[in-house]
Amino acid sequence: MAGRTTGPVLSAEDVTVRFTGRDATVNAVNGVSFTLEAGEVLCILGESGSGKSVTLRALMRLLPARRTQLSGRIEIAGRDVMAMGHRTLADLRGTEVGMIFQEPMVAFDPVYTVGRQIAETIIRHEGTSRGEARRRAIDLLDRVRIPSPERRLRAYPHELSGGMRQRAMIALALCCNPSLLLADEPTTALDATVQIQILLLLRELQRELGMAVIFVTHDVGVAVEIGDRIAVMYGGRFVETGPVREIMHNPRHPYTRGLLSSTVHGSLRGRTLEAIPGSPPDMTRLPPGCAFSPRCQFAEPRCETPPDEFRLTPHHMVRCVRAADG
Amino acid sequence: MTTLDSRQQATVDAAQVAVQSRGYWATVGVRIRDDKVTVACGVVLALIVLSAIFADLIALADPYKASMIKRLAPIGTDGYPLGADEMGRDMLTRLLYGGRLSLFMGISPIVIALAIGGTLGLVAGFLGGRVNMAIMRVMDVFYAFPSVLLAVAISGALGAGIGNAIVSLTLVFIPPITRVTESVTTQVRSLDYVEAARASGAGNLTIIRVHVLSNVLGPVFIYSTSLISVSIILASGLSFLGLGTEPPEPEWGLMLNTLRQSIYVNPWVAALPGAMIFFTSLTFNLLSDGLRSAMDVRL
Repeated sequence: MAGRTTGPVLSAEDVTVRFTGRDATVNAVNGVSFTLEAGEVLCILGESGSGKSVTLRALMRLLPARRTQLSGRIEIAGRDVMAMGHRTLADLRGTEVGMIFQEPMVAFDPVYTVGRQIAETIIRHEGTSRGEARRRAIDLLDRVRIPSPERRLRAYPHELSGGMRQRAMIALALCCNPSLLLADEPTTALDATVQIQILLLLRELQRELGMAVIFVTHDVGVAVEIGDRIAVMYGGRFVETGPVREIMHNPRHPYTRGLLSSTVHGSLRGRTLEAIPGSPPDMTRLPPGCAFSPRCQFAEPRCETPPDEFRLTPHHMVRCVRAADG
Repeated sequence: MTTLDSRQQATVDAAQVAVQSRGYWATVGVRIRDDKVTVACGVVLALIVLSAIFADLIALADPYKASMIKRLAPIGTDGYPLGADEMGRDMLTRLLYGGRLSLFMGISPIVIALAIGGTLGLVAGFLGGRVNMAIMRVMDVFYAFPSVLLAVAISGALGAGIGNAIVSLTLVFIPPITRVTESVTTQVRSLDYVEAARASGAGNLTIIRVHVLSNVLGPVFIYSTSLISVSIILASGLSFLGLGTEPPEPEWGLMLNTLRQSIYVNPWVAALPGAMIFFTSLTFNLLSDGLRSAMDVRL
């Protein structure tokens, strides 16, 4: 694709999102910084309400402007997203960045056929003819392994199965060859067998097209399957980031450890799963220091102040005071 | 057993292929064809509308020609198949001609109200916030009055006449259409596919035109069809009160009014205009019900 710069596909710095409601302000994302190179897959791992999906939407400025305060710096392919006007932003969405949603059932407009929705997007962004857009749509459906794509093109979303719909959703997100794909728990609504098919397909397409992917999930297994790097999110912050292998073998943040030990591994047969005590923090009243400290078994007085980033290796970051102790 | 299963599977596949190979409107057509009540209503309504349009060709007599001898002639009198009214005018002819004005006065306010109320509701629902507040609270003011009273009051203030009756009826129907459009739009706006469209680079106008309108128009259109029956009754009511059409113009509501005094002399003839109003509004209602179930893709 022309015009692609050699720098990182995405760089975000101190991204902060607040939702101002009638009676409370929700601090959904509290200073997230990261960069993403071309062809890299970053998994954002966290439980419900940790700010994963909000971070993803903030990158494309998809959050409702009226109730959202968004600050920080976001650059996609070297262009400043925060400074973009409505038109530039609309051009960016769908061309440079594609997005896949959690519920393929509701992410398609029920009154148009799948093919029409894909073709419309191609026409809107590239101004191709209807016939050409149709050909591209067939090609895309074929690419996401949908059998007899010509016929599926004329199908309405409700006529497809869940897995098929998610494949079509991927086709829609890929229709203008984006350099960055945002995936918001795309496999959560699917059953286990379809889930692995979709993951494999995504991985394959990502390698083939050399896309950078941000993949949001709450499933450790999924993160390991698809990710190059993992960012563990808690209370609107990345608490630990690093290569998948390193996070899996050497988790340093107590929350990451908790997450891993509460997940089923093959090697842990015969042992009781440990759960993290307590519940996720109330995002309207976050603790002043480390957000995890109220649930942390190693909490100490130092946790009252916000912990700084600590780099174990250039690529492995932990946000915990104990990590520095070694 | 297995052969049975595979055969059933084959039937299911064939059925799926059949459904998929059909377009949206073809599916709607098939559904309507299978719904006998809707088909019957459609036929009756088409007959009423066509007979009103081609009244000059069908009618045997002059709708204004009075006859002192034939006053209130009963149904079946020679040359007066449906009897005559209090001035001796042929009832059949007047009912045919009356359909023109009654249908026009029933349908045109809805069409205008759909254009105005639909736009207001769409804007209010899509923009939300203060705009929504402003539009919807103004509509609430109109809601404070019963619709019949509001129509009568506006018509009374503007004066009698067909134009004024249509204006007053339009004003009566704007608030409910606005409200329905607004609630459907608000619902659609927050759905994932609108966000998905935005994520794939659609601007506000595209979203309204392509996604909101197509999902909102169906329910709103069907709701408006059901309002036509109310509108016909209200229009007739205005004429009945002397606020719509003026005599000697034939119009069902007005005819009902003038024949009211003859109800003890010849009740069958006097009831005819009322029966026409009843049948027309009933068929409109049933037809809109049938359309609703046929046009929903997801059913």
